[in-house]
Amino acid sequence: MSKAQTITQKILAAHCGKDYVEPGELILARVDIALGNDITAPLAIKEFRESGAKQVFDKERVVLVADHFAPNKDIPSAIQCQLLREFAREQDLTHFYEGGDMGVEHALLPEKGIVGPGDLIIGADSHTCTYGALGAFATGVGSTDLAAAMISGECWFKVPESIRFVYNGQCPPWVTGKDLILHTIGDIGVDGARYMAMEFTGEAIGRLDMADRFSMANMAVEAGAKNGIMAPDEKTLAYVKNRALRPYQVYTSDPDAAYAFEKVYDVSRLEPQVALPPSPENVMPLSHVGEVRIDQAVIGSCTNGRLEDLRLAARVLKGRKAAKGVRLIVIPATPLIYTQALEEGLIKIFMDAGAVVSPPTCGPCLGGHMGILAPGEVAVATTNRNFVGRMGHPQSFVYLANPAVAAASAVAGRIAGPEQLA
Amino acid sequence: MELKGRVHKFGDDINTDEIIPARYLNTSDPMELAKHAMEDADPEFRQRMQPGDFIVAGKNFGCGSSREHAPIAIKAAGVAAVIADSFARIFYRNAFNMGLPILESPEAAADLKDGDEISVNLDTGAITVMATGRTFHSQPIPPFMQELLADGGLMAHLKKKLETHRT
Repeated sequence: MSKAQTITQKILAAHCGKDYVEPGELILARVDIALGNDITAPLAIKEFRESGAKQVFDKERVVLVADHFAPNKDIPSAIQCQLLREFAREQDLTHFYEGGDMGVEHALLPEKGIVGPGDLIIGADSHTCTYGALGAFATGVGSTDLAAAMISGECWFKVPESIRFVYNGQCPPWVTGKDLILHTIGDIGVDGARYMAMEFTGEAIGRLDMADRFSMANMAVEAGAKNGIMAPDEKTLAYVKNRALRPYQVYTSDPDAAYAFEKVYDVSRLEPQVALPPSPENVMPLSHVGEVRIDQAVIGSCTNGRLEDLRLAARVLKGRKAAKGVRLIVIPATPLIYTQALEEGLIKIFMDAGAVVSPPTCGPCLGGHMGILAPGEVAVATTNRNFVGRMGHPQSFVYLANPAVAAASAVAGRIAGPEQLA
Repeated sequence: MELKGRVHKFGDDINTDEIIPARYLNTSDPMELAKHAMEDADPEFRQRMQPGDFIVAGKNFGCGSSREHAPIAIKAAGVAAVIADSFARIFYRNAFNMGLPILESPEAAADLKDGDEISVNLDTGAITVMATGRTFHSQPIPPFMQELLADGGLMAHLKKKLETHRT
C-alpha cells in the first residue's frame, strides 16, 4: 500500500518508473511531448547541433509551432521560422505547424489531440502549463532544457508541493474561468504558488467548459506555479475522445493527499475581474476599476482565443460597433477555430462591429506584431500578462479581462462590462 | 571562485519582459540581446554597469516567460551574478543551464544598497560588503545543481553522460 499522493505526484511518479514520489525529490522523468516555438526553438536547435546529436529521441513527440512572430513579421523572424522548418524537415517531425496549419500552440496541441490526460509535457514556453486542464503534468522550461529533452526524451524535475484551490458555487453571468484565475492570482500574488502545483477543484470547476479550464491552467504560471492541474471528468474525456492520438491515462488525487495549503472560494458573488497594469496580481472587480478610456481591445491568445471565447465576445458585439477611436482586434487561436467561427457567423459579427480579424498568432500578446501600442496608449486584452511594455511601448498600458469585458469595453470606449452597455 | 563588483539594485517581481523585452526576441545572438539587458526595468542600466557588476533584486526575480534570452542577455552584458530574495522557477533553471551564477539570500537582497562594492564567493555562497566587511550567507546550491554547474551547464552535463554510456 503506497502513501497518498496528489495527481501531480502520481503523473511524475509514473514517468520515472516509481510508485511514489515525495515533494522536494529530484527525479529524471520521461517526457511524452517536448514543444518549442519560433522564439525558443532556434536556441534549442543550436544547442542540439552543438551537442553532436543527430536525431531527436522520437519524431512523433517533438513538436514545433511557428506561432509567435508568424506570419513572419520581419526578416530576423523569417530566419527563425526558417530554422524551425529546416530542422523539422531534416528530422522528419510529424508535428511541425506553420502557415495555414499553424495555431497558437497551447490551443493547437489539445485541439489536435497531441497532448492528453496523464501526459508529462514540457514546452519552451511558460504557458505550457495550459495542458494541465486535461489532467496532464505540463510545465514551461527554457531552450536548453528543451534541447536536452529533444535528445534524451527526459527532463529533471523537483517534485512540487501542491496547493489545493476549491471553487464552490455557480458563476454569475459573464463570469468565466478567466475571472476565477485572475481572482486567485490577485489573492495569492505573482509568487503565491512559486515552485508549486496549483490544483483546481470544486463544483464550480466541474461546471466550466474546457475552454474556461484551459484559461485557468494557462495562467497558473502568472502565480509562479510550476503547473496548474485539474482531474479529468466526463467533460475532459468527451473532449479527448475523438482527438487523442495516443492512449491516455486518468489520474486523480488521493482523498488524503498532502497539500501545502488550501484556498476556498465562493464564486457565486464574483464579478468579472480586471488586472490593472503592470502586474497580473493587481486584480480588482470590474465595478472598482473606474473610468479607464481605451485605444485598443484584443480578443485572442492561448488564454482566451478559443471558440467559446469568441462566442462570448460575439454575444456582446452582435448588432453593436466598436467605439470611434478604438481598434478592436480579434484573433481566433487556430485555423479550426477560425473556420468554426466563420461557419457560426461570428466573424461577420466581428467585422460588422468594426473589428480587425487577424490570422492565428501570438502577435500582440507579447508585443510582437498585429497590434502594438504607442506611448500613452491603453489596451484591454484577454491575454495573460500586463507587464511594462508587454504589448508595445514601455509607456503603454494593458488591462487583462475576459472576452465579454474586452468586447463590451471596445463598444463603450472605456473599460466596461456587458451589463453597462445600452 | 571570488567575484568582485558593484551592486545594481532592483525591486520585487522583475519579469522577463523587463529583462529582455519581446521586441528584441527576433534574434538569439547573445551580444545583440546584451545591448538591451534590463532595458524596461532601467533604461540606463547598460550605461551605468561595468562588466563584473552584480544585479541584486527582491523576490521572484525572472518571473514571466520561459525565454532563455533573459539569463543570456544578463550574462552576455557581463553581469557576474544575480543575487535575489528569491527566483522564479523557470529563470532559476535557465540560469543554471546557461551557467549564470545566481544566489538566493533574502538578507543580502534586503540590506545591499545600490553602488555597494561586494565580493561573492561562489564556493561558499558568502556575500561580503567590502567597505564594512559585513557578510551574508546565501542558500547552498542543491547537490544536483552543483553537478550541472561543475560540468559546465546542462548540455555539457548531457554530453558527458552520453560519453560515459559509450565507454
